[in-house]
Parts: sequence; structure tokens; C-alpha cells
Amino acid sequence: MAISTDRRYRFIYKPAAFIACLVPLAWAVAGILQLPVPSLGADPVRRVLGIFGHTTLNLLLITLSVSPLRALTGNANLLRLRRLLGVFTFVYALLHFLTYIGPFQGFSWSAIVKDLVKRPYITLGFAALLMLLALAVTSTNGWMRRLKRRWQQLHRLIYVIVVLGVWHYWWQVKKDIREPLVYATLAAALLAWRWWRQRRAATSSSALPRVRETT
Amino acid sequence: MPRLKLPPIRSSEITAERFFHMRREVLAGALGLAAVTALPRASRAAAAAPGGAALKYTRNARYAIVDKPNSYEEITGYNNFYEFGVDKTDPAANAGSLRTRPWSITVGGEAGVTGTFTIEDILKPHPLEERIYRHRCVEAWSMVIPWVGFPLADLLQRFKPTSRAKFVEFTTLLDPKQMPGQRRAVLDWPYREALRIDEAMHPLAFMVTGVYGRELPNQNGAPLRVHLPWKYGFKSAKSIVKIRFSERQPANTWAVSAPGEYGFYANVNPSVDHPRWSQATERRIGGGFFAARQPTLMFNGYADQVAGLYQGLDLRRNF
Repeated sequence: MAISTDRRYRFIYKPAAFIACLVPLAWAVAGILQLPVPSLGADPVRRVLGIFGHTTLNLLLITLSVSPLRALTGNANLLRLRRLLGVFTFVYALLHFLTYIGPFQGFSWSAIVKDLVKRPYITLGFAALLMLLALAVTSTNGWMRRLKRRWQQLHRLIYVIVVLGVWHYWWQVKKDIREPLVYATLAAALLAWRWWRQRRAATSSSALPRVRETT
Repeated sequence: MPRLKLPPIRSSEITAERFFHMRREVLAGALGLAAVTALPRASRAAAAAPGGAALKYTRNARYAIVDKPNSYEEITGYNNFYEFGVDKTDPAANAGSLRTRPWSITVGGEAGVTGTFTIEDILKPHPLEERIYRHRCVEAWSMVIPWVGFPLADLLQRFKPTSRAKFVEFTTLLDPKQMPGQRRAVLDWPYREALRIDEAMHPLAFMVTGVYGRELPNQNGAPLRVHLPWKYGFKSAKSIVKIRFSERQPANTWAVSAPGEYGFYANVNPSVDHPRWSQATERRIGGGFFAARQPTLMFNGYADQVAGLYQGLDLRRNF
């Protein structure tokens, strides 16, 4: 007996995506508790900071891939997963920030404020976090209704966020830029696809008869 | 290869037995306390049995500190040695391809005794001692390491540096076959580091051949590396193949790579920040996830011994 698409998303795909999104967090927590999982190594703080930071960037790119994938496959149902991915992006960014505040900086507010003001890559990361917060708060159906067209405008902030996120990563790498370069390339491709599609839409609409106002 | 004239071993270099025992008591006390407070870490440390041949050495009580040393696993499994990769676990994973015998060291420049010497000739006359040193990385993490080695000055003096020898430069092996990290131009290979001659001759400057009483593993800079506990770790050249005395200040690799971030002196200094992070505090490796940061000490806690070297020097400018 066939299961409806609705039920498949509700009871299989969404819970599966939810559990998959929890894996990095589960690894970090188990590692901190020294359970038998792949060790966090000699410097667990830096490792956990890295796990949460990388997961944020990964989820950002995955969230941004939903639209292109939909266009590619013609499967509009993929959009049902996007909110979940977006909210988890924020959750990991927040965990990354909290790890920095607590275990990494030891709640030394003077050091944290100094970092925020003096170190551009930290300023960038913090700005991206605030934007993610705005998107997470307005991710509910209620806010979608309330903001109407402006909701979509607001949520285009994700393009800014991905640029800031990759920049934040790139700037704090000491010498080996291979990994940030991979992220930058993927982010650029995802943004370029959107630009290309919009331009195509714009040119096809300009093909319609228009009144010329100048000579 | 020319043979080195060996200076006699000074009796002052041999640790008196009473210090030897005193140090053991201090350490035993510290270990006992730490065993109670850091059980999980102790059990993990026991899992990694130290490799390498056991060395004959005495313990130098003058350089024993009460901080609990990091585990062998931490010291040999978490460090920067870009010749084997840029991640801190890369050296332990990739250093197996380094061959430390046969090994030779070329000595040149402003010195009376120059030439190429075998590692055996270099090491032979030096009695080994253990010193527990604080190690502070420029990345604001730190360790406590029981090195085995001998004073750098004792080695350098054998080459009879001339009055024009104002600096001494150390060069690390260049061989991408043995050092896979060198296959990419992350840094301007080979790695070079240098010291002012009075810094190099300071009693704290240590030539390291072992750790935890055993031969130094490849990933920590075998067969021969320096350690300068009052400077950031990158000043301590590893797997040395060349020692050169010079009149003019040599360039050092990280200062060439990022002159705004790394200087020639690289003295540990809590009041001079790295452009991208504060140096006021540090994270001691091994404390676990919830360990507090600790304040970084001027000259990494060795100010009493080395501050005199820098009198009149603007440490903010000469970072």
C-alpha cells in the first residue's frame, strides 16, 4: 500500500533529517563525557568549537542547496525540509558561540568584548549569528503570515550570512586555506546559481513589450 | 668528516644527588595530588605506552616545576610541526616516514670549528638531563613537558663561535619525501629559526633529544631540536640539520610568512596580543572540556632568569 507523500515526509524524511542533524551534537556531548566515541583529542574545547562551526557551515550550504535541488529534480516537496535545516543551522551557530563564551573564554566578558571589537573575524561571526537569530525567530508559520512578502525579503539574509560565515572561517585559519577555499567555492556556486536564475527571469520578462521612455 | 674536539664535562653540570631526590619528592607530591583530581586523564595517558629507546639521564632539580606534566600521549600526539601537516594530530600520524639515522648536522659561519658532523659526534660528549619545562604555543595553548637533553650552550661552545657570531640560525631538514607537509608551499621551506647568541647561550636554552626518559619521537622533532621555554613554541627549531653562526640577524620562517603576526623575538608576553587573539591567558592542554583558562606569565614564568637579556629593548615593537 502506498504511503502518501505527506506522511512520508512527516514520519520518515523529516525525523531522519532531524536525527542526522543531531549526530554532531551527540558526538560532542559523548566526547565530553568521555564515552566510547571517536575521541575529541588533547584539546576538546577547540575540537568542539570546530565541530559546531563546521556543522553550521555544512548546514548553511545544505539549506542553500534545497532550492537548486528542487529546480534540478522538479521535486517541490524538498522544501518541506528547509525549515528544519535552517533552524538547525542556527542551533549549531549558537552552540559554537556558547562554546566560545564558556569553555573557550571562560566567561571572561572583558576578553569577549575585546575580541568582538578588536578581532574582525569574531565581529563577522557574531553579526552572522544575530542574523541567523532573526531568521530562526521568524521561521514559524505565524511570522510567515504576519510578514507576508517581507518574510522572503528578510530571509534573503541567508546570502549575507553564508558570505560572513565563510569569511569568518577563512580569516582565522593560520596558513592552510584549502578547507575555507572549498566552502567559499561551494557558497559562490550556490549564490551564482541564484544570480544566474534571476537574470534569466529578468531577461525573459524584459522580452515582453515595454514602453520606451527615452530615445 | 672532521672530528670535534670534546671539551671536558664540567662537574657543575652533573646534578647532585640530594637535588635528584628532592625533585622526586616534589614531583611525587604533585602527581599524587593530580591523580586524585584528574583520574580520567591519567587513565587515558596510561593507554599510550611511550615508545623509543630508554635514555640514560639525570634529573635536573633546578628546572623542575610543580605543574603536573602533560601525558606522553598529549605531548606526542598534539603539536604543530607543519613539515608533517598543518593539523595538530598530523605530526603523530605522518612522521613515521622520517629517518633519523644516519643523520648529520652541518655547522657553518662565524665559528672556529665548522663542517659536517654525524649525530653521534654531536651527541656523544653531552650527559643527558631531564628538565620539566613549560611550553607555550603562540596559539594560546600550553603544556608542561619533561624533556631530556643538554644545554644548548654546551654544544654551541664546541664550535668556538668567533666574536662576530652575534646570531645563530637553525635549519630543519628539507626532504618532501620524508616530510610530506613540505610537498605544499604552506611555508617557505626549509623551516629556519634563529636566536641572538646571548639567548642561545642562556642556561635555559635546551637541546632536546628525548621526552619522558625516552628518545624523542619523530613528530616532536627527532633526532635533535631546541626548546626555549620563555619563547613561543615556533622559535624552537626541530629536526635540525644546519647550525649557522652569523653577524647579521637571520630571517625566521614565520616572521617571513606573516610579519605582522610573528616577530623575531617571540618572547611569551601577556601584554602584547597576537593581532587575532589575546595572549593574556592560555588554555593548558589536558584540563578537559571545562578547565579554566590560566593567566600567561611574562616570559612564560621564566622572567627571573631571562628578563635581563632584554633590558632596554622595546618588547612591544620587538614582539
